[in-house]
Amino acid sequence: MAIDKIVPTLEAAVAGVADGMTIMISGFGFAGVPNDLIEAVLHTGATGLTVISNNAGTGTEGLAALVGSGRVKRIICSYPRSKGSDHFDSRYAAGEIELELVPQGTLSERMRAAGAGIGAFYCPTGVGTELAAGKEVRNIGGRDYVLELPLRADIALIQAEKADRWGNLTYSKSARNFAPVMAMAANLTVVQARHIVPLEAMDPETIVTPSIFVDRVVHVNNDRQWDI
Amino acid sequence: MTMTMTADAVTRLSRRQLAWWAAQAIPDGSYVNLGIGVPTLCANVMPADREIILHSENGVLGFGPAPAPGQEDRDLINASKEFITMKPGGAYFVHSDAFVMIRGGHVDLALLGAFEVSGGGDLANWTTGDRRFPPGVGGAMDLAVGAKAVWVLTEHTTKKGEPKIVNRCKYPLTAPGVVRKVFTDLAEIDVTADGLLVRAMVEGLDLEALQAVTEPKLRLAGDCRVMAAPA
Repeated sequence: MAIDKIVPTLEAAVAGVADGMTIMISGFGFAGVPNDLIEAVLHTGATGLTVISNNAGTGTEGLAALVGSGRVKRIICSYPRSKGSDHFDSRYAAGEIELELVPQGTLSERMRAAGAGIGAFYCPTGVGTELAAGKEVRNIGGRDYVLELPLRADIALIQAEKADRWGNLTYSKSARNFAPVMAMAANLTVVQARHIVPLEAMDPETIVTPSIFVDRVVHVNNDRQWDI
Repeated sequence: MTMTMTADAVTRLSRRQLAWWAAQAIPDGSYVNLGIGVPTLCANVMPADREIILHSENGVLGFGPAPAPGQEDRDLINASKEFITMKPGGAYFVHSDAFVMIRGGHVDLALLGAFEVSGGGDLANWTTGDRRFPPGVGGAMDLAVGAKAVWVLTEHTTKKGEPKIVNRCKYPLTAPGVVRKVFTDLAEIDVTADGLLVRAMVEGLDLEALQAVTEPKLRLAGDCRVMAAPA
């Protein structure tokens, strides 16, 4: 049977998104953010969501729109405040959104641990700071480390440059960022790809995310200028 | 009565000049991460006669200066979300590998901004605790403990004129005891086991005037230089 993970619509791509789910969203700044998938999640009406992403959205669309809609109860990120992060800033100031601030390297390593089946890891980042408060500290070889737990999600929404019907992926420049580790760390990985190519067109030497980590692919290549 | 000189009377370096001065101190062949704020400006004023490889947390190694207007690529930005260009030899990689490079001790030098630095090299640069201004740690804690050396680039005083180089940080720490050098718009200062050592000062400033805007006790290096940079 031919494997075909390509779905025809954004609606089909996010089918199954439900209240209370934890959703990883790729991107760093405005590069690599799957804005069309985020908008599709917004259209589902799902609420009480936990979002895991490096930033908390800027401008009025994409992640900022999801945060601004009030459907995100909690965000796990490293750097929520940026120029244009008004939607997050005002909800945070009003106490309407929970923030779990995670050092950036710890954020992606916790995802990697989840994807790799690692139960926990000791990390030097944050030792002696407020962000390590309440966490186990262990001295290994003369250095202190903080115990960090894996970070998993129900769904990962990621953006890729090229995809084939199996779900092999390549990315564009710094738009790669978190996508490969998020793809490993979610129960369902959904990709919006700018280009869909035949299996034969993918070079096995340069595939970044192998298909085993991908569940659904939707083709999105438009010229829309997002306010982000 | 003699006039007492103050730091207000001298011309401070601009942000670009501060970035230029610090960039000239980066050793040839270094792998360097540039933090948000003044440090990111260094990419535009690197010494032309050295190969210095710039690292960015979002999965970029070997980038160059900002692109010419009209040449921006929305897929190519640095950790400060500013457009960059790639140099031959540059590479892209997954975010978690960017932090393998940082925590694994592969990055030679991190240039970071600061709210405060203590005389013992404690760094505070991620939160003021004010709910109107959400905290943002980004990669600062990883860089502070992972890079082989940490230099801080910052204004010498706050907007209110208070010292940013302090006896004890009042804001929550990013990491204790990690800063080795502080470059400000008034001076270049080494953090040593024997305290703070002034390596350079802007034209017309003396140690007494610098001390008046710095909490920990300063010492003057025997070969203290005048800090000057192209406009």
